[in-house]
Amino acid sequence: MLRIRDLHVYYGVIHALKGVSLEVERGEIVTLIGANGAGKTTLLRTISGLVPPRSGEIEFEGRSIFRTPARDIVRLGVSQVPEGRRVFATMSVQENLELGAFLRRDKSGVAEDLEKVYTRFPRLRERRRQLAGTLSGGEQQMLAIGRALMARPRLLLLDEPSMGLSPILVQEIFRIIREINEAGTTILLVEQNAHMALSVSHRAYVLETGRITLSGPSSELAKSEEVKKAYLGG
Amino acid sequence: MTTFVQQLVNGISLGSIYALIALGYTMVYGVIKLINFAHGDVFMVGAFVAYFAYTGLHLGFIGSLIVSMAACALLGVLIERFAYRPLRQSTRIAALITAIGVSLFLENAGIIAVGAQARGYPDMLPGSPFQVGGVTISTKQVEIILLAVLLMVLLQFIVHRTKIGKAMRAVAFDQDAARMMGIDVDRTISYTFAIGSALAAAAGVVYGAYYSAVDPLMGIMPGLKAFIAAVVGGIGIIPGAMVGGLVLGLIETAVQSFGFSLWRDAAAFALLILILLVKPEGLFGRHAREKV
Repeated sequence: MLRIRDLHVYYGVIHALKGVSLEVERGEIVTLIGANGAGKTTLLRTISGLVPPRSGEIEFEGRSIFRTPARDIVRLGVSQVPEGRRVFATMSVQENLELGAFLRRDKSGVAEDLEKVYTRFPRLRERRRQLAGTLSGGEQQMLAIGRALMARPRLLLLDEPSMGLSPILVQEIFRIIREINEAGTTILLVEQNAHMALSVSHRAYVLETGRITLSGPSSELAKSEEVKKAYLGG
Repeated sequence: MTTFVQQLVNGISLGSIYALIALGYTMVYGVIKLINFAHGDVFMVGAFVAYFAYTGLHLGFIGSLIVSMAACALLGVLIERFAYRPLRQSTRIAALITAIGVSLFLENAGIIAVGAQARGYPDMLPGSPFQVGGVTISTKQVEIILLAVLLMVLLQFIVHRTKIGKAMRAVAFDQDAARMMGIDVDRTISYTFAIGSALAAAAGVVYGAYYSAVDPLMGIMPGLKAFIAAVVGGIGIIPGAMVGGLVLGLIETAVQSFGFSLWRDAAAFALLILILLVKPEGLFGRHAREKV
């Protein structure tokens, strides 16, 4: 579904991604683990068209999305839940969700999806008129996920969805991620919480300073000595 | 009492002109964090476009107003496209200096095109003064206030109820997140300039009709005043610009009616200094939170 080959990305003079290759197949949850500054967020932002890549290939469902404008990538079916949630704090919960469906013209489909999001996240329905900035961290994360789902994506990119959340909420978020995947959405997940990420995903990649150093089924990576040492706390 | 009501009406009509200009300042600032110092000159161009539409094409008040708003909307889009967009990634001071450059360009282009001499403005807002309980109110003033209210209601509708308005608010809050929603940020910025400039044009038309004279440098002072109004209300906040404009109009009129006409402009700038000392985020502003 998503194929990336030999991707190079620069921020000014900084060589952030040094030839990354990665694949995500339909129906999978693939996770990308790595330390701070390894380039995980850069990779997701490049896929979403927010950072222009220098060279390489990015294909989504067989079409090149290399240097495609962000809105066209959303239109093709790739949505992102950004790091730090980035909900529109000065707008209501419902307005945030409606913005997620910004490019869609099928009003009845949008209404249907809004209902689905509210069913999945009853807290958001209760707070639909409230400003997003007044929500708790966990609620904002749910709003960010709901907002991305409103675009009806086939591939969902999740950047650090567990960041700053309590252990109970982390469990909750990962349960939701699994549910979204079971409902048919393919997921590429970036996580610091390697333990949770490996337990929820099918396959995983390890990114270190701009390069993929390891990859394989998550259950195997979880057992690998290197991963244990570097990301699972021994 | 009658003088008070009279002055109140004067203050509100002047204030609504300031408010219309201030809205453009604040909207543009809200979306790209730029003080568009050419905004007052767009106001001037608006007055002139309507002047020629009225005297040359005989379009009447409404027709001239619409032509003027449309022309300035286009002008605003062009200014953004060619002067500011190339500097989007540059420092803010570069864009600010460019805005001053655009301002000087429009003023001098205006002098070349129509001459530096002030010219009489047609009496586009007809109607004789009428009396309400001993108070003489000019129809013009009422028309100015009604037009301003109508345009502001329309603006509120656009900003809160339409897709483009929601896109504008999203871009103002977080450009990157807006991009992730599929919002075309460049196009949204163009719309912001178009709407702000159209409002300035409307202000220019009623200003010309109210003061009966226009010249290519007429935008400088009202532009500065509207900038003050936007800062007083809280730059980037739309209701703030409306209230800031009214406050400024009322204060100026009050100073004038107490016999200190020469202090009118000084009062406006004193207000700016005062607000910057006491509540720099403006009446409606909240302390800017640092992003984590």
